[in-house]
Amino acid sequence: MDNQTLTDHIYQPGEKQYSYLNLGPTHPATHGIFQNVLKMDGEIIVDATSTIGYIHRAFEKLAERRPFYQITPITDRMNYCSAPINNIGWHMTVEKLLGIEVPKKVQYMRVIVMELARITDHLICNAVIGVDTGALTGFVYMFQQRELVYEIYEELCGARLTSNVGRIGGFERDFTPKAWEKIHRFLKEFPVVLKEFENLLSRNRIFMDRTIGTGSITAEKALNYSFTGPNLRAAGVDYDVRVARPYSSYEDFDFAIPVGKNGDTYDRFMVREEEMWQSMSIIKQAIEKMPEGPFHAKVPEFYLPPKEEVYNNMEALIYHFKIVMGETDVPKGEVYHCVEGGNGELGFYLISDGGRQPFRLHFRRPCFIYYQAFPEMVKGSMLSDAILTMSSMNVIAGELDA
Amino acid sequence: MEGTDLEKIVAVLKEKYEEEILHTEMLYDFPTISLKKDKIIGVIKHLHDHPDTKFQFLTTLCGIHYPEINQIAIMYQLHNMVSNQRVRLKTYLPVDNPSVATLTTVFAGANWMERETYDFFGVIFEGHPNLKRILNVDEMIMFPLRKEFPLEDQIREDKNDSMFGR
Repeated sequence: MDNQTLTDHIYQPGEKQYSYLNLGPTHPATHGIFQNVLKMDGEIIVDATSTIGYIHRAFEKLAERRPFYQITPITDRMNYCSAPINNIGWHMTVEKLLGIEVPKKVQYMRVIVMELARITDHLICNAVIGVDTGALTGFVYMFQQRELVYEIYEELCGARLTSNVGRIGGFERDFTPKAWEKIHRFLKEFPVVLKEFENLLSRNRIFMDRTIGTGSITAEKALNYSFTGPNLRAAGVDYDVRVARPYSSYEDFDFAIPVGKNGDTYDRFMVREEEMWQSMSIIKQAIEKMPEGPFHAKVPEFYLPPKEEVYNNMEALIYHFKIVMGETDVPKGEVYHCVEGGNGELGFYLISDGGRQPFRLHFRRPCFIYYQAFPEMVKGSMLSDAILTMSSMNVIAGELDA
Repeated sequence: MEGTDLEKIVAVLKEKYEEEILHTEMLYDFPTISLKKDKIIGVIKHLHDHPDTKFQFLTTLCGIHYPEINQIAIMYQLHNMVSNQRVRLKTYLPVDNPSVATLTTVFAGANWMERETYDFFGVIFEGHPNLKRILNVDEMIMFPLRKEFPLEDQIREDKNDSMFGR
């Protein structure tokens, strides 16, 4: 529809003509299914129209027919580059509704998992910015490191990409010695690689020429467009949910929020780069301060009992049945909880009417909200810069379309 | 501490829009204010510009369908990043003719959020620059997040959940 309205114009003699270019829906350089109809004046973009919704899966509607614990796998599929953040954000939303206080140890474990997820998210985004400027080496190199993190996930929960990690109230099991070994291995190997990757790109003349000044947005505009996350911070606003509204004991850790100045592709790259270093430091602090204690809260109505107990213990069997069938009463209420996702403030607005499933669940998806500024950000720039702008905004199709 | 937040916001609202307020409450840690729909944009602008509130960031906006009262609520969440205050505003529209003025005049970011709400609830945002479906196909005739829209095929016979109270 959009293409027609854009291209149906009948030109008068002597009128300046523009060409229209379909960037997407399936274009190898857009890393996902996005369509942009670009109005071009030669190489210069005059206007852009985005069409989204190609992988819309009706998550908000699906969630209205599922018990709380079955919604966790849905959240995986939003920002699949940092699925654990979505999972844990959702668990915390439910815990807030139910008034569950989770043990300190769980909070620290969650911080470790979420920061690992943030690293993988930023790592993919930055590696892909490299690819779009023509540097494939860094991409392959960084993906090896992502593999190490995915092995950690595998050790924690058995899954890799769509992790479904944790439960309402805590974790399904404690970090195993093998998991600790893998975390320590990652902490040892990753800084070396990240440093090398940074050396490869951050002061690279070609990379700087391609990225500095392209796709920039001012802080005022970014705020008006409801930007959050690294994209907002690159424009110079130091808003981070981890600090503004600390959750899961983030107030215990000492870390900096990197901010950019111009809000351009280079700043976004550098902000993400620095955030990875900060995440590493948070993980190290969490390991150092890791308290003793149980790995889940005592909420038998919501936390699945271990399987051995189910077969030998009457109460455990009852709770198991009630949880699986979604028969546990929940309070009525309205709750909003937000976490700092890979792309910004990831919010869960949950209305419960006391039934087995949410009455309404709305996801505040940062991608969806900031992607609407894309046409404005690419106006007047070259086609190749538009691709770079898109990858540096880290638009994830799953989160965009829900 | 929390209560004072709500009282402060209500005090600011009462300066100019006292008769617009329907109901105020704290829902968990969130001050929530229900308002009449006619001057909702004026109210948001007032909260945006007033030196005591300065809610200059739109966190999110969404619709909620309440079939029992036959109304669709629009929920706005505003944020003041400097004082780190948040507020949720709600306004109720009749299902038969859900229309409310657009917020795009205040926040550019409301554009797609309103399109999404139109797409899923059929709420008409008057004055919106480009109000059409965003995530669903243009040919769709239903507004899928309304409660009367069934999630599953209702004529299925192979699945009997009556034992579980469904």
